[in-house]
Amino acid sequence: MKKQRRTGSRVFMALVFLFLYAPIFLMIIFSFNAGNSSVVWQGFSLHWYEELFQDRTIMRSFYTTILVSLLATVIATIAGTFAAVGFYSMRRRTRSALMTVNNIPMTNADIVTGVSLCLLFVTVFGGWNYLAENYRFTFNWLGTLYRLTLPKLSLGFGTMLIAHITFNIPYVILSVGPKLRQMDRNLVDAAQDLGCTWMQAFFKVILPEIKPGIISGALIAFTMSVDDFVISYFTAGSSVSTLAMEIYSMARRRISPEINAISSLLFVVVILLLTANNIREARAEKALAKRRY
Amino acid sequence: MKNRRPLFAVPYVVWMALFVVAPIVMVVIYAFTTAAFDPTMNNFTGMGTYLSIFTRSFELALIATLVCLLIGYPISYMMAKEGPGFQRIATVLIMLPMWVNFLLRTYAWMSILENNGLLNQFFSAIGLFDLINGLFGTDIQYFRMIRTQGAVVLGMVYNYLPFMILPIYSVIVKLDHSLTEAAQDLGANSVTVFRKVILPLSLPGVLSGVTMVFVPAVSTFAISRLLGGGTHMMLGDLIEQQFLGGAYNPHLGSAIALVMMIIVVICMWVMNRFGEGEEQAVML
Repeated sequence: MKKQRRTGSRVFMALVFLFLYAPIFLMIIFSFNAGNSSVVWQGFSLHWYEELFQDRTIMRSFYTTILVSLLATVIATIAGTFAAVGFYSMRRRTRSALMTVNNIPMTNADIVTGVSLCLLFVTVFGGWNYLAENYRFTFNWLGTLYRLTLPKLSLGFGTMLIAHITFNIPYVILSVGPKLRQMDRNLVDAAQDLGCTWMQAFFKVILPEIKPGIISGALIAFTMSVDDFVISYFTAGSSVSTLAMEIYSMARRRISPEINAISSLLFVVVILLLTANNIREARAEKALAKRRY
Repeated sequence: MKNRRPLFAVPYVVWMALFVVAPIVMVVIYAFTTAAFDPTMNNFTGMGTYLSIFTRSFELALIATLVCLLIGYPISYMMAKEGPGFQRIATVLIMLPMWVNFLLRTYAWMSILENNGLLNQFFSAIGLFDLINGLFGTDIQYFRMIRTQGAVVLGMVYNYLPFMILPIYSVIVKLDHSLTEAAQDLGANSVTVFRKVILPLSLPGVLSGVTMVFVPAVSTFAISRLLGGGTHMMLGDLIEQQFLGGAYNPHLGSAIALVMMIIVVICMWVMNRFGEGEEQAVML
C-alpha cells in the first residue's frame, strides 16, 4: 500500500519535471538542427553554433546582458550588504518601516517597477534636456572664456543599470539579513574588547559569518538580472538591448536557431556551475557533520 | 561607537528615495493628471472601456494560479516526504529552468502548440485524428491550440509553477514532525492530520505562492503576446501600449499601473493577516 503510493507520487513528480523540461530539451535538440525549422528535424549540424559567433547583434546583446548583470550584481551586493548591516543595528520600528519600502520592488509586478522607473527617467531627463538646450553656462576663468554645454541625457545602458541595481538590492538584503540576525552579537563586542576597531571587527568577524548570505544574495541578484526582460525593456531605451529584448523582438517574427544555440550554451554553463556548487555544499555539510560527532 | 552603524544604510535609503519612492510618486502624479498636467479623474473613470481586458486578465491569472496550486501543493508535499538527497536535487531541478530566459521557453511552447507543431504531429503519428475522423465523420487535421486562452494559461502555469512550489515546499519541509505524530497518537487518521495540522501550518507558504504567481500572471504581456497571438489582450499589454506602443498615453498607463499596485498591496495585506512569520517563505 505504502509502496504503491510512493510510486504514484514519483510518477506525478516525473510528469511535472517532464512538463518543466520538455521545452528546454526541445530548444537544445533543435539548436543542432541542420535546417532553420524548430518543428522539423533535418539532420545534425553545428551550423548554428558557427553562425552564432559571427552574429554581431546577438553577441553584442549577449555582452550587454552579461555586463549589466555583473555590474548590477557587484554594486547591489556591496550596497545591499552594507545596508543590511545598517538596518540590523537600527531600532526595530525604523527597520521595519524601511524594510517595507525595501520590499516594494520585489512584490510589485515587474511591469509596474519598469513603467515607474521609465516615467521617472523620462520626466527628469526631459527637464534636464530643456535646461541643456536653453541655458548655456559661460564663465571666465584665468582670462579664458569657457562655454559649458550640458550633455543631453537619454535612456540607455546607465538607466538600465540603475534599474537592475534597484531591483537587485532587496534580494541581497533579504538573504544577508537573516544571517546577521543568527550571528552571536557578543562576537563583535568580544572582538572590540580585544582591541579591534569596529572596521576590523567588521572584516574579521561579521563578514566571515554572513558570507554564505552574501554569496546566495549575489547569486539570486545575478539570476534576476540575467532573466529580466520587462524592466530592461522599459528602461533601456532603443539604443541598447539585452539578449531577452533581442529574443522578444525576434519572437514576433521567428526566432533564429542561433538563439537556441546561445541559450543551450548558457544552460550547460549554469548546470556545471550549480553541480560544482552543490558538490561543494554537500562536502561542507559532511565535514560539518563529522566535526559535530 | 555602535551608533555609527546605522549610517551604513544611509546610501541605500537615499537610493530607495530616488529610485523606489520617487518613481511611485511619479506614477501617482501621472495617474491623476491630463497630458497638460491638470488634475483629473478621467484616467480612472475612462477605464470602463477596458473592462473586458480587466476581467480577462483576472480570469486567466486566477485560473493559472489555481492550476499552479493544484499541481504545486501535492508536489511540494511529496518532495518534503523524500530523502534529503532527493530533495536537494529536486529543488535544483525546479529552479534550473529559470536560468533559461522565460521568453525562450515560451517560444519553445509555440513550436510545440502550433497547428503543424510537435504535439499535433505526435497526435497524427499515433493516429488520433484518423480515429476521431473515423468515429465522428469529421475532417480534423490538427487541434487548434496556439492563439487560444488555454495556451496563455498554459504559458503562465509553465513559467510561474516554480514560484508556487518553492515557498510551499520550504514551509512544509520545516514543519515540526512531532506535531503530526502527536495528532496520530491522539487518533487522527491521515486525512484528518493533513486537514487539521499540515494544511493550516502550510498556509503561509500557500499564500506567498499564490501572490508570487498571481501578481506576475495578471501583469504579463510577453506570454499573452506570444502564445495568445495578440488577440487576447491583457492588462500588461494595455500598459505596455500606453508607454511604448502605438497608443501612447502614459497618464492612462500610470492609472492602470496604480490599480495594479493597489491589487498587490491588497494581496500583501491579506497575506500578512493570515500568515505570520512567512518572511522566509517569500525568500524561498
